Amino acid sequence: MYRYDNYDHQMLADRVAQFRGQTQRFLQGELSNEEFLPLRLQNGLYIQRLAPMLRIAIPYGMLSSIQLRKLAFIADHFDKGYGHFTTRQNIQFNWPDLKDVPDILQHLADVEMHAIQTSGNCIRNTTTDQFAGCAVNEIADSRPYCEIIRQWSTFHPEFAYLPRKFKIAVCGTQDDQAATQVHDIGLFIVRNEQGELGFRVLAGGGLGRTPVIGKEIRAFLPEKDLLTYLDAILRVYNREGRRDNKYKARIKILVKETGVDAFRDKVEKEWLALKDGPMTLTQAEIDRCKAFFIEPAYKNLPADSETLSSALNTDLLFAAWVEQNISAHRKPGYAIATICLKETGVAPGDVTTEQMQFVADLADQYSFGELRISHEQNIILADVERSQLYELWRALKSQSLHADNRGLLSDIICCPGGDFCSLANAKSIPIAESIQRSFSREDLRDIGALSLNISGCMNACGHHHVGNIGILGVDKKGQEFYQVSLGGSANNYTALGDIVGPSFAQEEIPGVIQKIIAVYRKQRVADERFIDTYQRIGMDPFKEKVYAKAD
Amino acid sequence: MPKLIKNRQIIEDNWELVKDFSADLLAERGGENLLLPLVAWLEHKDVIAARSSATGVWLDSHELPAQLADSLHNLPVIALNFPVFRDGRPFSSARELRLNFGYQGEVRAIGDVLRDQLFYMARCGFDAFVMREDQNLETSLQAFEDFRDAYQSSVDRPDPLFRRRA
Repeated sequence: MYRYDNYDHQMLADRVAQFRGQTQRFLQGELSNEEFLPLRLQNGLYIQRLAPMLRIAIPYGMLSSIQLRKLAFIADHFDKGYGHFTTRQNIQFNWPDLKDVPDILQHLADVEMHAIQTSGNCIRNTTTDQFAGCAVNEIADSRPYCEIIRQWSTFHPEFAYLPRKFKIAVCGTQDDQAATQVHDIGLFIVRNEQGELGFRVLAGGGLGRTPVIGKEIRAFLPEKDLLTYLDAILRVYNREGRRDNKYKARIKILVKETGVDAFRDKVEKEWLALKDGPMTLTQAEIDRCKAFFIEPAYKNLPADSETLSSALNTDLLFAAWVEQNISAHRKPGYAIATICLKETGVAPGDVTTEQMQFVADLADQYSFGELRISHEQNIILADVERSQLYELWRALKSQSLHADNRGLLSDIICCPGGDFCSLANAKSIPIAESIQRSFSREDLRDIGALSLNISGCMNACGHHHVGNIGILGVDKKGQEFYQVSLGGSANNYTALGDIVGPSFAQEEIPGVIQKIIAVYRKQRVADERFIDTYQRIGMDPFKEKVYAKAD
Repeated sequence: MPKLIKNRQIIEDNWELVKDFSADLLAERGGENLLLPLVAWLEHKDVIAARSSATGVWLDSHELPAQLADSLHNLPVIALNFPVFRDGRPFSSARELRLNFGYQGEVRAIGDVLRDQLFYMARCGFDAFVMREDQNLETSLQAFEDFRDAYQSSVDRPDPLFRRRA
């Protein structure tokens, strides 16, 4: 993974000192709340319902065991012994003290981490497929480009006060796991007819109040032009994005109101002034960044492992975990293991100090000391020898980290919701739990692949629009209600869900989900997944069942 | 006389910012250096050219530098207004003036200009800063030293870090 040099370290040290000064001036009353607000947000600090919340960047989801141990340390010393992985591959702490935050940032800087631009109206953490570099049929590893974008976006002087937040995702895999099409900018790595590497550029995607799938504004952008083109898009957005209404300030509204063709023309015109300028990437810089993501010291292993085969035959629980949580690796004899953080009764994405330390040790032992965080709020050990999977699973089991529901209905994406977040209209964690409790293990396996995403408000941190089943908390005259949608999808075939109808009270939700699933089980043909059945039969049968009067 | 920061020095400000323009004003204040609103400046170019003292122009955050393109190089000062410090449009305007139009005169930040935005402003090509009244100019100077280096290309240092990394 990327390692800091003196320049990177210096930049972080200066930032910590800057924020220490700003915090002091705020605490001494020299900075008003309003003036301090964007400064603290761009250092990851929110003031939440119960306490401040600090969101720490995990650039494109990559984490070393050393960094995870540091997060465990922070959870222990400055928080209540746990952290929460988010849908932007970041981690949040819900209980730090404002005055401690500069010290926390110093601890993070020691392990090449930070909370820069994890919030505020600026360019946020760039995300990517959590299997980057290991996935089969990958066009190219996206991580060197993510790092190039991270550095370009970090302290970008022109774009720190945008109309609204700005999120970029990069995808180099066939099966996009980064929800790339619903980002302000989505970059797909492609090759042109000459075999040269470049990017297909989407702009104007996003979730939130007005979900939109991004529009293509360039079919092929040469690799070296990446940053000048991003500068051009951002400049058009900074100039012309709406600042009069927070809910219409994202780039998706600008693209929509301008029209995609006119928007593209503006970007291309702006780009003419920037193209071939100093931000044009050099081959040396591309090579430098790629060199951080070369293959680890893989062994030459046979594709099959006897240890694995015999364990699969004798241990059914292990076999179930392998079936759900193990993905193919491009290197023979290796596997990608997902540690699913969706044990029923635990808030999705939450990890304790002990679990962090334990997983860091596992990463050292089984996966070259590296981990990844997925936007599904799970942890990935990306380079595990197949022959060691059984050992790994038994270790996970000893810490209750062996949930075998990855990709199933109970692998719920869920925002912190009304229990923590001051923006939320409704709680989301208890909803997730009540749904998880209403399905048995056998049910879940029979239902198969299904994404269920929950957001506590319109801001859609839980990505409800792109869940096969989406649940959105809404406020109805001071009461918490839940709107249900069907048919969303976040992979290469991104689709936005359709709302079923009038919203439901909290206690009705498990029953509603049960009815939806009953329709699917009755109607599915052969191996059809939930999303396939929905696309074939449409909304009506579901709607009918859900709103049918009791007999 | 009021003060401003120019090229990291605190100096006296000998420009008068005109917010409410009237045609008589050009004659009445013939001896003063005036910063005129864009619309007035565009409308009275001929009269302005005949003035004995200097005239500059100020743009509000929604106004585009491109409107000045024709006669840019005769302007000693272009001021860019921050109606509120969170309005990031003048950052783009400053960079455009410097990079797209090659403007060499003074680019002045006016309006809600606060210490914590100075560093980014300087990197975007602002070289003069009329700070909001309550700001301490002396301590604000420290803001220019907030970071020793930066990743991107900027007006004050065109080569991005990746072209300089040793």
